[in-house]
Amino acid sequence: MSHAATATLPGKRAYGRQAATGATRALSVVAVVATLVGFYELYRWIWSSTGWTYPFVVDDTSMPHVWVILHALWQPAQVNQPALGTILFHKSLFTAKEAAVGFALGAAVGFAIGIVLAHSRLLVRGFLPYIVASQTIPILAIAPMVVVWVNPKLPPSLQGWGSVAVIAAYLTFFPVAINTLRGLQSADPHALDLMRTYAAGRWTVLWKVRVPASMPFVFSALRIAATASVVGAIIGELPSGLQSGLGGAILNFNQYYSIEPQELWATNIVAALLGIVFFLAVVGAEKAIVRRAPENTA
Amino acid sequence: MSDRQGNVVEVTGVTKTFPRGNVQALENIDLSLRPGEFVSLIGPSGCGKSTLLRIIGDLIEPSSGSVVVNGKSARQARNDRDYGIVFQDAVLFDWRTVSKNISLPLELLGWDRAKRKQRIDEMLQLVELQGFGDHHPWQLSGGMQQRVSIARALAFEPALLLMDEPFGALDEMTRERLNLELLSIWQQLGSTVVFVTHSISEAVFLSTRVVVMSPRPGRIAGIVDIDLPYPRTVETREAPRYFELVTEVRELLRSRGAHLLPEEEAALHE
Repeated sequence: MSHAATATLPGKRAYGRQAATGATRALSVVAVVATLVGFYELYRWIWSSTGWTYPFVVDDTSMPHVWVILHALWQPAQVNQPALGTILFHKSLFTAKEAAVGFALGAAVGFAIGIVLAHSRLLVRGFLPYIVASQTIPILAIAPMVVVWVNPKLPPSLQGWGSVAVIAAYLTFFPVAINTLRGLQSADPHALDLMRTYAAGRWTVLWKVRVPASMPFVFSALRIAATASVVGAIIGELPSGLQSGLGGAILNFNQYYSIEPQELWATNIVAALLGIVFFLAVVGAEKAIVRRAPENTA
Repeated sequence: MSDRQGNVVEVTGVTKTFPRGNVQALENIDLSLRPGEFVSLIGPSGCGKSTLLRIIGDLIEPSSGSVVVNGKSARQARNDRDYGIVFQDAVLFDWRTVSKNISLPLELLGWDRAKRKQRIDEMLQLVELQGFGDHHPWQLSGGMQQRVSIARALAFEPALLLMDEPFGALDEMTRERLNLELLSIWQQLGSTVVFVTHSISEAVFLSTRVVVMSPRPGRIAGIVDIDLPYPRTVETREAPRYFELVTEVRELLRSRGAHLLPEEEAALHE
């Protein structure tokens, strides 16, 4: 047993240590970002000064300077418009709404599928192959169909972005379903015996033991699903012709790439930041909800 | 032997064959437990002692024979929550505090909050863990975790306590201290205990009777009445009668232990 014999709750010193690790973590994030930027600029400098063209020609179009990209965020993309950063901020809020609804929908559906499948081997054998197959279809291939199928049935308030949320959900449900299933099956057999001695019914065992035991698994799926839902929302916007989100912006700036590449790069950075915000939100929720021994957290 | 009606557990002709590999785990077991007894099942690995415990608790079904608990079938007794169980692992739930772990069976029994809280406080006092109610299991030592597990098993006052090598994973000193604590709890509550162990000294120290089992197939090799007076203390382990009884159990094990694996043989000579 690895449990320390001295049973103490985290005291003041531990909280002090937490603050210290927080600062260390922030520092390491800054260091990693700085290193990546450094490599990008170094690569750019070596390739452009030597004139190497493999694997691609390095110039201001293929690899704009980092400061040019960042500067673009403070410039209006078109005359008489607010700064690109402001526009992208509002677009990312729109995409975030689609992604969040898609995430919630996909997570709920995935969790429900996991619970249903956990009840019978037969169901797993029968349905799992199709669930896996659903993910082998490229999302871009089914996105237009989802828009056509779903959009007409949505109330006016959900028109347009509602079908995008469904596309995001399509990318989200899969990891959640698979990991929920695994998590529900991960319950300690002795814990199940214990519940038998309490004459606990199937649902009681599910809610009191299996579901809590599955939480670390579910949350590692939700982390994957969080970023996947942002990607799903952006991709879903492409065939929907929606201009209010990041997907529309990406499509738009794609066309002007050869003239102003920094605008697409800036949009990509904002999209990545949105994915990170979603990821961190799930990590935060996990910290607040999941109570497990440090060695048992997945 | 008292009349069979008053027995807490009545095992008659129980046989258990596991279909996989056609292993005969138990053969023709008869065993009666009177109210308030502390009975240990001892034997080498593969003698079926844990299997017998699990059959008494209706966690598995016997291939033939019958088990009657409190005058009911084992199934009925389980559904009536007639017994508490403690495993070698404490099997505490990480996501619940110590108090909430003890509270679990009470929640399932539909006790209201106030009644639960009162019982939890009593149980924490019983296992000497006052002040640890708000801790999470992983913040406790192995011995403390096992005490929580015992508190949980006893919280709803079951007539029968089933213990499957509860102190097997603990170090010797913790084990001896918990032996004393368990005896004190048992004497306070008067419950009947079935205790699986592979430690001879533990079995003799705790029990009113020690059931010695032999392996392949699992059978009862003999039953030793432990006539050491209660309350048993640290001195009990130094009494001449204690050593006589330990020897008696050991010889019973050895006479039937021809099939023991070398490490099991070594364990008997500890």
